[in-house]
Amino acid sequence: MNDASRQASDTELEIRRLRWQCRRGMLELDHLLDRFLDLGYRDLDPAQRLAFVRLLGEQDQRLSDWFMSRTEPPDSELRRLVRHIVDVVRERRGGSVDLHG
Amino acid sequence: MGIPTRHFDALIIGAGGAGLNAALQLAGADLRVAVVSKVFPTRSHTVAAQGGVNAALANVLPDSWHWHMFDTVKGSDYLGDQDAIEFMCREAIPTVYELEHAGVPFSRLDDGKIYQRAFGGQSQNFGGDQAARTCAAADRTGHAILHTLYQQNIRARTHFFDEFFAIDLVRDAEGVICGALVLEIETGEPLLIESKATLLATGGWGQVFRTTSNAHINTGDGAAMALRAGIPLMDMEFFQFHPTGIAGKGMLITEGTRGEGGYLINKDGERFMERYAPRAKDLASRDVVSRAIVTEVKEGRGCGENGDYVMLKLDHLGEAVISKRLPGIRESSQIFAGVDPVIEPIPVFPTAHYAMGGIPTDRFGRVAMPAGHGSEEVVVGLYAAGECACASVHGANRLGGNSLLDILVFGRLAGKDIIEYVRENPYQRTVDSASLEQAMGRLRRWEHKGEGPTVQQLRADFRKCMEDHAGVFRTEEIMAEGYNKLCELRDRLPEVRLTDQSKVFNTARIEALELENMMDVGMSIAVSALHRQESRGAHSRPDYPARDDQTWLKHSLYYREGDRMDYKPVRTKPLTVESFPPKERVY
Ligand SMILES: Cc1cc2nc3c(=O)[nH]c(=O)nc-3n(C[C@H](O)[C@H](O)[C@H](O)COP(=O)(O)OP(=O)(O)OC[C@H]3O[C@@H](n4cnc5c(N)ncnc54)[C@H](O)[C@@H]3O)c2cc1C
Repeated sequence: MNDASRQASDTELEIRRLRWQCRRGMLELDHLLDRFLDLGYRDLDPAQRLAFVRLLGEQDQRLSDWFMSRTEPPDSELRRLVRHIVDVVRERRGGSVDLHG
Repeated sequence: MGIPTRHFDALIIGAGGAGLNAALQLAGADLRVAVVSKVFPTRSHTVAAQGGVNAALANVLPDSWHWHMFDTVKGSDYLGDQDAIEFMCREAIPTVYELEHAGVPFSRLDDGKIYQRAFGGQSQNFGGDQAARTCAAADRTGHAILHTLYQQNIRARTHFFDEFFAIDLVRDAEGVICGALVLEIETGEPLLIESKATLLATGGWGQVFRTTSNAHINTGDGAAMALRAGIPLMDMEFFQFHPTGIAGKGMLITEGTRGEGGYLINKDGERFMERYAPRAKDLASRDVVSRAIVTEVKEGRGCGENGDYVMLKLDHLGEAVISKRLPGIRESSQIFAGVDPVIEPIPVFPTAHYAMGGIPTDRFGRVAMPAGHGSEEVVVGLYAAGECACASVHGANRLGGNSLLDILVFGRLAGKDIIEYVRENPYQRTVDSASLEQAMGRLRRWEHKGEGPTVQQLRADFRKCMEDHAGVFRTEEIMAEGYNKLCELRDRLPEVRLTDQSKVFNTARIEALELENMMDVGMSIAVSALHRQESRGAHSRPDYPARDDQTWLKHSLYYREGDRMDYKPVRTKPLTVESFPPKERVY
């Protein structure tokens, strides 16, 4: 296995491990976190990936407050990540919208 | 068979409000108690409950448990058991104070008393003026309750099995339930938990419908486990839909949007509620609005490429009103629907919200089922509480704020009864190997290799079928067709194959097990709904538009074996007060 493919398979293993952590008590969070894992996680650098793991360790209520812009995460790294997740997952209308994802 | 085994006095499956409140009683009595939860306990769905919990504290307006009882009986469309309802409404008061003492930060009045909000369906004096009965911890009541209970359980040394998935109940040679087979999600390894008493507290099953407000974990696992153990599910046709969920996604758009002046339009831009409810229009009751939306879609006036939703228009309210009075709606719509409600309308469709039915229990949380000749028998050693159970306090329709109450009151009572039970039955029964083998079979079945439909395909077809044929719009024709389709889907289940057969963190396998559970529970809803030929509470049938107390003032019981229905009488006699006889429900 070359380096690139080893890295890719490590990433897939990480995603497997993180998948269940994206199961939350609120539908909104399920949707944001689970979709981000598929759509955005692979493009994160190692530091951002650690931040994502840190984010998953937060309480549902806090996460919900952050994603719905009621409050902001205390540090800039999480603030950026929360905005990034919303940006990646946000539904875009027009063209072929997947309403049933 | 060499499966690792652990022993406890009591096993609690589910760590939401119901499971944790039960566990707390047990741990406090020095019983060895195990709580199994498929997600970390504070990620249970109870965390999503924002509105609050009802109790007649009379802190804001005059109130009494008896008025609360009247509202609940009426709200249930007279299908609730009046002894259980009386009990719950009386217990509500000490329950809320107990939570307060435990540290739940309820919002307060200036005089320091717990603040109480007014909600629909709450009255003073048996149907008189509006009452204010809902206690809330800001807009995070569920979160506050769940955290407080979790911390207390940690202190009381409750043993938690976090991220363990319960597969099935197991029995001894006499057929008595004595624990469950569970799966550690991380390792994929099975574990047998033997216990003297077992409590199912696995929450609801909104996920059986395509559009739901429920989190992904709400797949009805406990209810399906009960079905497979030969226990019927009660009043399953009664499922509460919220008229405005984000189309195709399910997240709630609060009723407040219509209260503030928002209204629904179809693809022609017509304000269609004027046709269905000329007076109340968009503020008509939930079921009326839900059915109107589905009718518009069915008759070809839905919006979008597939014409499968309608629009909620708010832009005329202006940015200031939307941002100030409807916090979170703008963000939610932008993220999940891709629209800014300040500029354009939000695509909406009725979303499956709350399960009134479930595993039949008495008011001590003991699972009870018919024993022939009209009598009932307790299922020895088995308890159920919370949304998965049906102590029958919601009947055909639940009032807002009564479900947190239900899970807390009956969770606690189940805990107390288990203490007694374990004292009287101190010996652990031995799990029968055939029963264990059967449970293991459910797991091994997913090791079959080869070609076949995927879990995702079947799940999508199934949830769509439930939405179309057992959702808001229920005529004989639609439901009979739905039943046939569901049977076909059920027949396809054994052909489904997993492409990923690995063990460690194999969420695909968990999703497969959940799909089996959802299909069993979904079938119970579809069959129960097909049989009930009347409209009552959340079950409304255009072909039988009236409530029929003569024939249908009775509880439905669905058995998995042969999709069989049975019925039992409603308990109309309260514990200490006079019955509330059925009346027409007008609000
Ligand atoms: C968006 C929303 C808002 C709501 N707001 C309110 C409100 O304001 N007031 C109110 O009274 N009610 C409200 N409700 C309803 C209320 O929140 C629920 O009925 C209640 O929280 C259910 O609690 P529970 O303890 O029965 O189950 P849950 O909190 O759903 O917990 C179920 C537990 O079972 C576990 N579990 C499930 N299956 C398995 C398995 N196979 N193996 C192991 N563990 C398993 C889960 O991990 C979880 O710990 C709301 C519901 C929704 C969807």
